Amino acid sequence: MTAASVCPIARAEATNHGRLVAGLCLIVACAFVGSLFVGYAGLDVPQAIADALRGAQTLPAIVLVELRVPRALLGCFVGFSLGLAGAAMQGFLRNPLAEPGVVGVSGAAALGAVIAFYSGLSTLVPLALPFGAIAGAIFAALLLFALVGRGAGTMTVILAGVAINSFAAALTSLALNLSPNGFSALEIVYWLMGSLVDRSLPQVWLATPFMLAGWILLLTAAPALDALSLGEPTARSLGFDMTRVRVRLVVGAALAVGASVAVSGAIGFIGLVAPHVLRPFVGHKPGRLLFVSGLGGAALLLLADIAARLLPIRPELKLGVITAMVGAPFLFQLVYRLRREA
Amino acid sequence: MRIDIAAATMRIEGATILDRVDLVLTPGEIVGLIGPNGAGKSTLLKAIAGLSSLSEGTIRYDGARAREIGAARLARRLAYLAQDGEVSWPLRVDHVVGLGRLPHRTPFAGESEEDRGAIERAMALAEVAQFRARTVQSLSGGERMRVLLARALAVESEILLADEPVAAVDPLHQLRVMDLLRQVAASGKCVVVVLHDLALAARFCNRLVVLAEGRKLLDGPPEALTDAIIARAYGVSTLRGEHLGQAFILPWAPLGPGQR
Repeated sequence: MTAASVCPIARAEATNHGRLVAGLCLIVACAFVGSLFVGYAGLDVPQAIADALRGAQTLPAIVLVELRVPRALLGCFVGFSLGLAGAAMQGFLRNPLAEPGVVGVSGAAALGAVIAFYSGLSTLVPLALPFGAIAGAIFAALLLFALVGRGAGTMTVILAGVAINSFAAALTSLALNLSPNGFSALEIVYWLMGSLVDRSLPQVWLATPFMLAGWILLLTAAPALDALSLGEPTARSLGFDMTRVRVRLVVGAALAVGASVAVSGAIGFIGLVAPHVLRPFVGHKPGRLLFVSGLGGAALLLLADIAARLLPIRPELKLGVITAMVGAPFLFQLVYRLRREA
Repeated sequence: MRIDIAAATMRIEGATILDRVDLVLTPGEIVGLIGPNGAGKSTLLKAIAGLSSLSEGTIRYDGARAREIGAARLARRLAYLAQDGEVSWPLRVDHVVGLGRLPHRTPFAGESEEDRGAIERAMALAEVAQFRARTVQSLSGGERMRVLLARALAVESEILLADEPVAAVDPLHQLRVMDLLRQVAASGKCVVVVLHDLALAARFCNRLVVLAEGRKLLDGPPEALTDAIIARAYGVSTLRGEHLGQAFILPWAPLGPGQR
């Protein structure tokens, strides 16, 4: 068979991938618009958009710009970060259970943020919150990669996750325990559950640069992750410097997840569900999975946030609670399937 | 490409794994790297692949060291087939073979015509094109090894280093893989293959390098592999015979300490 005669196959594959990306973008766009329309107060969105564009300080315009848009933007960006980070960690550890929440990176980021909160640093320096969360995430990612090594078994990954999560949870509890008044402790607990309620545009601007940097680091690791599916020695023989790849992934995941946790609290399972659902559609290629998992994560989080507002439960369910309700059964099913395969 | 290995020595935690091994590899030959477990065969192969650095000694590729050439350029000139045959995800066969083109591709540019041609040639040579749309996990051990070999061939490098490619496959696939390696060498490339099977090594290789306890015992044509060298390296006696005008060797029985 000549090279020319296989081109149609390659082209068909590229077309399918293009369709998948376009479809996911459409879902994200719809969910984004849907998120603008959903809220407690009825809002005439077209009117609000018209007012906002005119620069008129009407109530609908203020609700749209100050509340709905930041919430939808953060849902989109945080979801993208979590989906992408999940896919990247799974590709690197070659394990479908590696997820920022499951392996403790989110928990440690939350701890970092709590410390920034608790110490009062975050009120003095606004950047202390994302920095605290990113530092926590870097610490956990380094600890994870050191504990499990590459190509480690499922059991090792889960055990490392349990250890890191317990450690982060214990220190978070300590902070709550030492909290000077009950109100601030409650505030921290609520924040930890993860939510996009009452987020403002400054928070979007605070987190987005870190997330963007994380995305770039993670997305550009795609060829290395593809090579790694053949094991580390082969990947190295294909010209990839594994030390650099590791640093890129640790820093990238920590920036994306840390910045997300800093603005939204700990939202779990997005990084597990999005890659898991989308993997068959990209032929299980770890590199191709990255971007689509980001889109899938954005769609999932936006939809979960819409559900939080539409569900007739008051007070409103926290976003982290909803994603856990959906994600935990996924984890059970994955563990069960892996056990059968083992 | 010519590879000059001079006084290659590797020490790990005080143990000497490789001890002053000299070796020259030239295009067009298939070199069998043989010896008992722990002799340093895989260590030497990894060092040649640039995957581990020697404690002492040098490896030069056309006179230049790996560091001077750079990992990316070396990856285009040298392909390495790992022993474990790991494929982590249920990837399609043609995708796995396509990974061999990573050293040639500009990041995020996709596969070029040249890449696709190389993938097809490698799949045809390893006779795996008929499995192209199947996942690697659905194949038998022998078929899987041929796919991984096709992945290494897709690099279209001057050197192919294969670490025990026939260790876990049935006799039919052993013969097919060895025949394929011989063809690759005949096309002007240098093939270095780590083997445990003396019969295959003596039959398919132009040159045998015997390692034992990190030292080189022999570097010569298969005819130079005497009973005494086999006894010294492996501690076994040998049965020799001839079939259709071709000599063959079989390890026969363990030797006592005094007989080695």
